[in-house]
Amino acid sequence: MNERSTAGDAWPRFTPVADHALLVSFGDAIADDTSAAVLGLDRALADSPPPGMAECVPALVNLLIDFDPVVTDHEQVRAHVERLLRTSSRGQAPGQLREVEVCYDEDFAPDLAAVARTVDLSIDDVVNNHLQAQYVVRMYGFAPGYAYLSGVPRAIQVPRKPAAVRGIAAGSVLIAGPQCLVSTLTMPTGWSIIGRSPTRILTPNERVPFLFAVGDTVRFVRIDRAQYEARKATEREQAERDLTEREQTERHA
Amino acid sequence: MREARLTVRSCGPLVSYQDGGRFGMMRFGVPASGPMDRLAHAAANAAIGRPHDATAIEISMGGLELVCESGEVTCCIAGGDFRVLHSGAVAAPWGVRTLRPGDVLSVHPGRWGSWAYLAFAGEVRCNHWAGHTATHSTSGLGGGMLASGAEVVVRDATVYEEKQGDLPVPDFARARSTIRVVLGPQSAQFGPEASAALLQESFAVTSAYDRMGMRLAGPALVLKDALSIPSEPVVRGSIQVGGDGVASILLADHQTMGGYPKIATIISSDIDGVSQLQPLDRLRFQAVSVDDGVRLARSHAMVTRRFLEEVALRRVTLHDRLMQENLISGVVASSDAPTH
Repeated sequence: MNERSTAGDAWPRFTPVADHALLVSFGDAIADDTSAAVLGLDRALADSPPPGMAECVPALVNLLIDFDPVVTDHEQVRAHVERLLRTSSRGQAPGQLREVEVCYDEDFAPDLAAVARTVDLSIDDVVNNHLQAQYVVRMYGFAPGYAYLSGVPRAIQVPRKPAAVRGIAAGSVLIAGPQCLVSTLTMPTGWSIIGRSPTRILTPNERVPFLFAVGDTVRFVRIDRAQYEARKATEREQAERDLTEREQTERHA
Repeated sequence: MREARLTVRSCGPLVSYQDGGRFGMMRFGVPASGPMDRLAHAAANAAIGRPHDATAIEISMGGLELVCESGEVTCCIAGGDFRVLHSGAVAAPWGVRTLRPGDVLSVHPGRWGSWAYLAFAGEVRCNHWAGHTATHSTSGLGGGMLASGAEVVVRDATVYEEKQGDLPVPDFARARSTIRVVLGPQSAQFGPEASAALLQESFAVTSAYDRMGMRLAGPALVLKDALSIPSEPVVRGSIQVGGDGVASILLADHQTMGGYPKIATIISSDIDGVSQLQPLDRLRFQAVSVDDGVRLARSHAMVTRRFLEEVALRRVTLHDRLMQENLISGVVASSDAPTH
């Protein structure tokens, strides 16, 4: 936080990226007000995008505006952003609250016991800490649908593992430092696996198939194995129904 | 409904369905994907009357061989300088032809180019994800990868006799060995030796080259201090430098965020050209100002639009076709054809 206030007029900083993008940075260290500034500008750009903007990508301390260089250029985009920053109040509209279900059964949470040992708490205490916190979606990265949530309580923060483990199932609930994420694909990870969620962050059938928007608030809700299996069964039935529907539509087409 | 069915006889890795790309989803961790060479993909579609962003098959250096099982369909191949055989006969690397039952089409890497596009005059049937068929290779989301034995189905398959023939390969659609960049966004984190090495020495494409990116071999680009930056958005064309000083170019299926500093970023007009380099090819970087980058993007957009319009409007007469075939066999005989 001090970074920003002491830096004075140094922020935001505008850096051109090739011929087609502008990086707008609000600080060089991760801090709550830096992130709030990013999300505030992200919302302002969604409400009034500059001509030629292709997309904007919010991250932890900065935001990338990608544009069509045939229509506009870095100077025009920068002038538009400066106007928005002067006129819009920051972070007024909070994101939506999303609930994500988690089953913490042992076979779904291979690292839960190790986390408990590291932070010197019982497994139940680790789970309760994880459940009591509120998380904010700071950015997506790494792979489609990988939403980085901040807000892991200090009491259960553990560092990344020294080496990544391969083939971790989609739906794994992972923590590392202050960050938490629910994986969407089978991928390697160096984060600690503390549960499994049936809640789909990335769904295969929709046009914008993501549960969260950047800036949303997330809470985790505990479910037991039977509930987990029931959710997965419903999902499988839905997938089969969708497939049949698609095949019928195609036959009639 | 007229339908053409083809079977994949053999197929290397990284042969995939690609439409024009899934833009606007980087905020969800999803890069645009789409063709590695956007111009060649658009040209293959334009030449047979398809929208520029229609689904085509992207052929890697692994190559592809298809046999037409039923129906007939006109298709176009464009991109790189691949060896194309149509039922055993040598065909031009860029050209429009019609496949009929029993015809075999084989496309394998040639003198230059890493990616070729096979577009069909009809709707290719494959999966959509998030509104597009563009395949994201690391997740498999989208139209998907092709494999030996797979079936390719083209609906509303059409034959255009008047479009058949060779296509011109303009200079701006070739592989590029001088790649123009805008320095940054983290050039300040590198010492002056690193910037000098980037711009004065040459680099080689390594075999660590796929749809995510291309690792280069060359001088180490040393960071001033081992600064790590908070993960920030990266783009297609970012030149990222790892802790070991090795530079990589991020391409179509890049991760959307990266914590490694980027010494420079390739301008949009040169991305297709760098993607068509082959492993072991050498390249140099040339710095341009931001304003020159924008000017080059605008002139490139104009030149490529005009080319695609010409390709779309062209009608080949029988006389032209015969001329082209003579010229092509002449060229092939004088350069790389096996002795007859």
